[in-house]
Amino acid sequence: MNQLDALPTWVAIIVAVLLVAGAAITLVGTVGLVRFPTFYQRIHAPTVGTSFGALFVLVASMIFFTATETRPVLHEVLILIFVSVTTPVTLMLLARAALYRDRLESQNPTPEPPPPISDAASGENASSGKL
Amino acid sequence: MSATIIGVAILVSQVLLGAAMCTACWRLLRGPRAQDRVLALDSLYLSGMLMLLTFGIGSGKTIYFEAALIVGLLSFVATAAIAKFLMRGEIIE
Repeated sequence: MNQLDALPTWVAIIVAVLLVAGAAITLVGTVGLVRFPTFYQRIHAPTVGTSFGALFVLVASMIFFTATETRPVLHEVLILIFVSVTTPVTLMLLARAALYRDRLESQNPTPEPPPPISDAASGENASSGKL
Repeated sequence: MSATIIGVAILVSQVLLGAAMCTACWRLLRGPRAQDRVLALDSLYLSGMLMLLTFGIGSGKTIYFEAALIVGLLSFVATAAIAKFLMRGEIIE
């Protein structure tokens, strides 16, 4: 703890705020995972944690190790790039698998293609016909 | 002064991340279907990874960073593999 006392106070405050903010955002994402009623709403909730929760905690770690080792420590960028690239891929695979399973059983309500698209298309046709 | 600030912040963020892991575990145990459990497992991996990063800040060692990187890799591989299995398993049945 003697090494930590050599740290400037403003660096410690920045690191503390970023850490608590990242952890709180991750907690909000998992609470949404519990509270949303259907799976297709639930799949949106943890991405709050994977985008900004992970970003804040990783930036806090970068600032802390840069301040303590007195040289730029940037290897947390690896985790940031990896998480932000792979999360959309895995969640799209999971959503497609869930859609396939629900449509195969055809009992659970699956998200239908929304009717406003056809309305908009017909409206476009009507407007183009008018033109 | 700064040691106490960082210590309190690490304690608070570990409590918050522990609560996040508990809620993800609740969805993992109570999830009505398999895809809910896979989603809960993915967010549990993420919370564990961030928890490892807070341990790394608390101890000042970079070994926790490497563990967090490996947990992130395993999260991608596990979720992608289970999602592919959910589709193919239904096709075979």
